[in-house]
Amino acid sequence: MEKKKLVLIGNGMAGIRTIEEILKLLPEQFDITVFGKEPYPNYNRIQLSKVLQGDTEISDITLNEWEWYEENNVRLYPGETVTKIDKDNQIVFTDKGKETSYDYLIIATGSNPFMLPLPGADKEGVTAFRDIEDCEKMIHASKNYKRAAVIGGGLLGLEAARGLLNLGMEVDVIHLSDFLMERQLDQPAGKLLQKELESQGMNFLLEKQTAEILGKKRVTGLRFNDGGKIPADLVVMAVGIKPNIQLAQETGLEINRGIVVNDHMETSIPNIYAVGECAEHNGMVYGLVAPLYEQGQALAKHICGMNHQGYKGSVLSTQLKVSGVNVFSTGLINETDQTKSIKVFDEWRNTYKKILVQDDKLAGAVLFGDTKEGTKLLSLIKKGAKVEDYLESSQAQDDDESIVVSMSDDEVICGCNGVTKGTIVNAIKTQGLSSVEEVKGCTNASRSCGTCKSLVSDLLTHTLGDEYEANEKESICACTDLSRDEVIAEIKEKHLTHSREVMNVLGWKTEEGCSKCRPALNYYLGMVYPKEHEDERESRFVNERLHANIQKDGTYSVVPRMYGGVTNADDLRTIADVADKYKVGMIKLTGGQRIDLLGVKKEDLPLVWKDLGMPSGYAYGKTLRTVKTCVGAEFCRFGTQDSTGMGIKLEKKFEGLNTPHKVKMGVSACPRNCAEGGIKDVGVIGLDGVWEVYVGGNGGTDLRKADLFAKVKTEEEVLEYTAAFLQYYRENARYLERTSHFVERVGLEPIQEMVFNDEMRQELCQRMDEALSVYREPWNEVIESETTLRDLYEKVNAK
Amino acid sequence: MEQTVKKVFVGNYSELPERLGKTVILQDKEIAIFKLASGDVRAIENRCPHRGGVLAEGMVSGEHVFCPLHDWKINITDGLVQAPDEGCVQTFEVVKEEEQVFVLVPNEVTQS
Repeated sequence: MEKKKLVLIGNGMAGIRTIEEILKLLPEQFDITVFGKEPYPNYNRIQLSKVLQGDTEISDITLNEWEWYEENNVRLYPGETVTKIDKDNQIVFTDKGKETSYDYLIIATGSNPFMLPLPGADKEGVTAFRDIEDCEKMIHASKNYKRAAVIGGGLLGLEAARGLLNLGMEVDVIHLSDFLMERQLDQPAGKLLQKELESQGMNFLLEKQTAEILGKKRVTGLRFNDGGKIPADLVVMAVGIKPNIQLAQETGLEINRGIVVNDHMETSIPNIYAVGECAEHNGMVYGLVAPLYEQGQALAKHICGMNHQGYKGSVLSTQLKVSGVNVFSTGLINETDQTKSIKVFDEWRNTYKKILVQDDKLAGAVLFGDTKEGTKLLSLIKKGAKVEDYLESSQAQDDDESIVVSMSDDEVICGCNGVTKGTIVNAIKTQGLSSVEEVKGCTNASRSCGTCKSLVSDLLTHTLGDEYEANEKESICACTDLSRDEVIAEIKEKHLTHSREVMNVLGWKTEEGCSKCRPALNYYLGMVYPKEHEDERESRFVNERLHANIQKDGTYSVVPRMYGGVTNADDLRTIADVADKYKVGMIKLTGGQRIDLLGVKKEDLPLVWKDLGMPSGYAYGKTLRTVKTCVGAEFCRFGTQDSTGMGIKLEKKFEGLNTPHKVKMGVSACPRNCAEGGIKDVGVIGLDGVWEVYVGGNGGTDLRKADLFAKVKTEEEVLEYTAAFLQYYRENARYLERTSHFVERVGLEPIQEMVFNDEMRQELCQRMDEALSVYREPWNEVIESETTLRDLYEKVNAK
Repeated sequence: MEQTVKKVFVGNYSELPERLGKTVILQDKEIAIFKLASGDVRAIENRCPHRGGVLAEGMVSGEHVFCPLHDWKINITDGLVQAPDEGCVQTFEVVKEEEQVFVLVPNEVTQS
């Protein structure tokens, strides 16, 4: 039988999802051709804002790799646009002169950003936010320019604005309405959102209409209708999208706002279908991902001749992808004469909830601050649940019958990656999955934004029953069901001293573990038995095994120790000579007050270290990194204590200590805190006659202000309290848990209780001394060991 | 097309570090040699299909290596990238003759 010819116009999320569904239902039945305007394989457009915000990279958002097209015999013409459809003879024509006939034609041309027709809109530096190219344009602009103006305070505009902030730009958001996201939020929620984003550094100009984009060749600013002006050297238009219907219009399909389709996604002309953002169903044009997936499913079933009820429209829900902001809305947003509302506004916790009820049924919801109920509300609204059902279920806290139970198998759980309940349940059953991590690895569900994690967890409970409950505690990794505490208890009880022994005795599911549990076990063993356990180099991540930082091109960086950030002319000369001799690619000052030599070849590392003759700065390890200090009383006119001296003492005492994660310190000599101890794992501030010790600060991914831990009188006491705190952290934190997360999790008080108890403190300090006693300077050790040099640093030159 | 292979000496068996990789430079190509816990030796292209990470420096667990750059998991025996990531690396046959370890490299690899 000859295969039916299926042509898809538009290589985006909606179209390709339809093809995937078709391949699932009837593989090998169709001869499939895809034309796509963009020169990329299908990628996750929703994740572009994450790319812009720096959380992920363009190459990581590809949904279907080139190989996918090959493996499924899908002919893809990227960068090729269909320019004409001959509906009578069923042929499409492209801008590269190709003619392809079809039995079925799917139009999935998506939408175009709506560009305001302002004077000056064609200037350099004006862009939309729709595709990879726009995203790259903004990232590029942020390197050379400072002031960005985003026109549009909707979902996309705010995500773009947050991204530009992350890229280091100053951002003004211009919005026509008097509050943000007025299509998805009501006024109270919009105002709360504004306050939150203002605290993140965004500037808002509300009820402003842009009249003109100023500038010569490149944009220099905006002028508003009220005559006001602002400077800007990048303008992002994010005022909305419009369905891309030009081709459909020229072909003579029925058009309203989008291409009009029925429940089977059929257009007004036989054998031509439309799906996704370009389609209009029942008067609705959707611009979010979940409906597109639902449409794709319906269309696939129809084309494959399966019996089904067709697409019945979608209940929308919105979530803003901006870190630190939780916003959710679904269904009806604003009160009408027919609605009654349930409102909870908690000014203390800064949360807001509004539920709209119409004809005794849930009709819509707006959540700000706390969005945990979002998925539940969405599902209830989809089902048309009565308001009593909701009220009862939220009153009976333990009645935790999850909404996943009542969901049908083709309902989407993970909106970002379009993973359905059926796919997840099937994977749990057939592949024997038992944790959220495993489901993520196997199906991609919850891999992107993570909001559906609780649903995935519910599905595990529902599918596996008690079996899963038992696993619910956080196991170290997928190789075991045991938690960190259980493993350490077993290590102590059974006196296990090697990670292979641990895996054997405790019944690891994999023979040799994985990249998660191996380094963790190596750390725990060393923590419990500092003298007995022999460090396992093959369980160390490359940087800690080679004592240098691997770079993206396979070269390494070298950071010599520079105690307290203090150096001298001789050392600087030596470093300069080494840099010349080994032609290092870049010399860079680090954030921790030392010098980084980048681009060193692996085989040169031991030579570089030998020539330097300095100890390793451990800039690569889960250990004490650096102690940043201010100038201190020796020179500074404000300094009250010897901060550099204190810093050097701390660094000398704790260097080479194995810790669950990296540890950074800072010592300042006055409350101005120039060494930034407020965002260090241990921050010390010297005041007149007293030292303050702060702990649990972090200046990285999750910014956290350190807590005041202790006030002491002498330098010795600073060392002692720091040692006791760090030992407590070493003994109680999970591997890879920073002090900031640790302090947050266990609370400051229990730690203080232990450390302030004289006896306990002495014991902690003793165990710390034992741990420190095994330290040997690693670079020198490498230089002196021929076997290590051969095993780890030499390459084989084959002929 | 006739395919010839070249037998390349890469080192003595006892000198290969266990459960670690070793980089072999062959003209402009790099091959990663692994001596597994089982004692078997395997050889694959020293380049992760994701971002070109040097696999010889990855952590070795059983039949798999974890790329040091972004933790992709790759089977050292058949070269397949493990889910949810996708792709594959070239594998090479390893021959052990008493103490000496050789890798069989197709000629087009050495010529290209």
